[in-house]
Amino acid sequence: MSLSASTPQPIRTPAADGGSVRMRTGGGAAAYWRKVWAVAAKDLRSELRAKESFSTMVAFGLLAVLVFGMAFDLRVPEAGMVAPGVLWVVILFTGVVGLNRSFGAETDRGSLAALLLAPVDRSAIYFGKVIAHLTFMLLTEAIILPVVLVIFDINLLQPWIIAGVVLGTIGYVAVGTLFAALSSSSRARESMLPILLLPVMVPIFTAGVGLTANVLDGRVLADFQRWLWLMVGYDLVFIVIAYLLFDLIWEEV
Amino acid sequence: MSTLATSRRPAAGLGNTLMLVLNSATVIGMAALMWGALVYARSASNLIGDEQIAQRIFYLHMGCNFGALAGYLVSLTGSIAYLFTRNLSWDRVTQASIEVGTICGLGTIVTGIFWAKPTWNTYWTWDPRLTTATITVLLYVAYLLFRNGIDSRHARARFGNIYAVFAFLSLPLTFYSARWFRSIHPVVFSADNPDGQGGSFASAIGPSMGQTVGIATIAFSLLFTTLMIYRWRQLGIEDRVAELREEVE
Repeated sequence: MSLSASTPQPIRTPAADGGSVRMRTGGGAAAYWRKVWAVAAKDLRSELRAKESFSTMVAFGLLAVLVFGMAFDLRVPEAGMVAPGVLWVVILFTGVVGLNRSFGAETDRGSLAALLLAPVDRSAIYFGKVIAHLTFMLLTEAIILPVVLVIFDINLLQPWIIAGVVLGTIGYVAVGTLFAALSSSSRARESMLPILLLPVMVPIFTAGVGLTANVLDGRVLADFQRWLWLMVGYDLVFIVIAYLLFDLIWEEV
Repeated sequence: MSTLATSRRPAAGLGNTLMLVLNSATVIGMAALMWGALVYARSASNLIGDEQIAQRIFYLHMGCNFGALAGYLVSLTGSIAYLFTRNLSWDRVTQASIEVGTICGLGTIVTGIFWAKPTWNTYWTWDPRLTTATITVLLYVAYLLFRNGIDSRHARARFGNIYAVFAFLSLPLTFYSARWFRSIHPVVFSADNPDGQGGSFASAIGPSMGQTVGIATIAFSLLFTTLMIYRWRQLGIEDRVAELREEVE
């Protein structure tokens, strides 16, 4: 696409005095996290002003919970049977709605090239995007959980469920952000992302449903802690892999 | 563009002879598998009626599964090699192996469905192996769809291989998460299997059945290799045609 044509040389850029400047990748951890935060703050600020992605996610999440509530109303004797599945399906689908905007908005406004021109390591852009989207997701979930309580009369606001939701969301956003970057360059962008993302999300989805169901059944931590460990493992593996591979996405050929 | 040119013309004489040998071996191997599965292997003594007949689908089921496994392992090799070398030939290895692996994966699922109805009295169940097999096929179908949507040849290769690495790495986690969820599929190749199929695998199933399993493995290895090489060569020719067309335009 036109994107690749306007992408700069990644490492060295000619400076005004004829020499060359190193991309500012050094400076220690503090400097790195300042750059990450700069990218995240940019997304959060533009969201605060335009209210584009977060409001869509909340609206979609609420609608999805209501639709599930109506769909299961007649045939399901006890809401606790379906509530874990409903919660995690809603989280997965709501996340896709927001992730499509994460890089989609940049591509639409033509600001992606500017973002890539920023003299920071590509991974800083990745982590900045992850933090911004993680914030949107967690805020959306903070609204969805009480709504599930109202519609299904199931209290999901329990410590281990919330821990599972946070862990699952971290893994989801870690993979989702990278896939959003990949699919933003594909022709069928919006429809491609869920097809790419959902099969890779099966472990998170299964662990989330298993965990939520176990907590609702009143089990003790020893019975369901493996789900939490699975999520921790998933998060670590895919954050590392995404960190390694994100550099390769935008690259001149 | 030099990467495209490297595989432009497969060594005609020797290559064609080798392919002829491979083709013949594949045809003979698959014919031997049919004979072994339907005629030679003795019936399973611990089953009766429909279940006993249906058990013969195992040889195809396992063979397909073997092909799928080979395909996805080769695809991981292709992805990693491509991401390190940026040689499009490796990208074609990834694509060819995923295509052949996905066909074998579909074969595994379809034969499994036919076998499950008489044996488990259900076409489908959310067993970890079934879940993982299905999710695997979906992952790689997504890979193929995704590739089609990207215009630039090099971006297609890069994105496809990045996705293929993610897809492969999620599989063990998918399997274990599904395993903890529930399981009824027998663990065939395992030391502790109380259902009479396990233990020392070869001694428990009898020699003719063991030999047929061997034939199935060899036949599907040959089938996989043949299809894979043809598809890989064809993709190389496709790239070459696209490259020549660019030069002309």
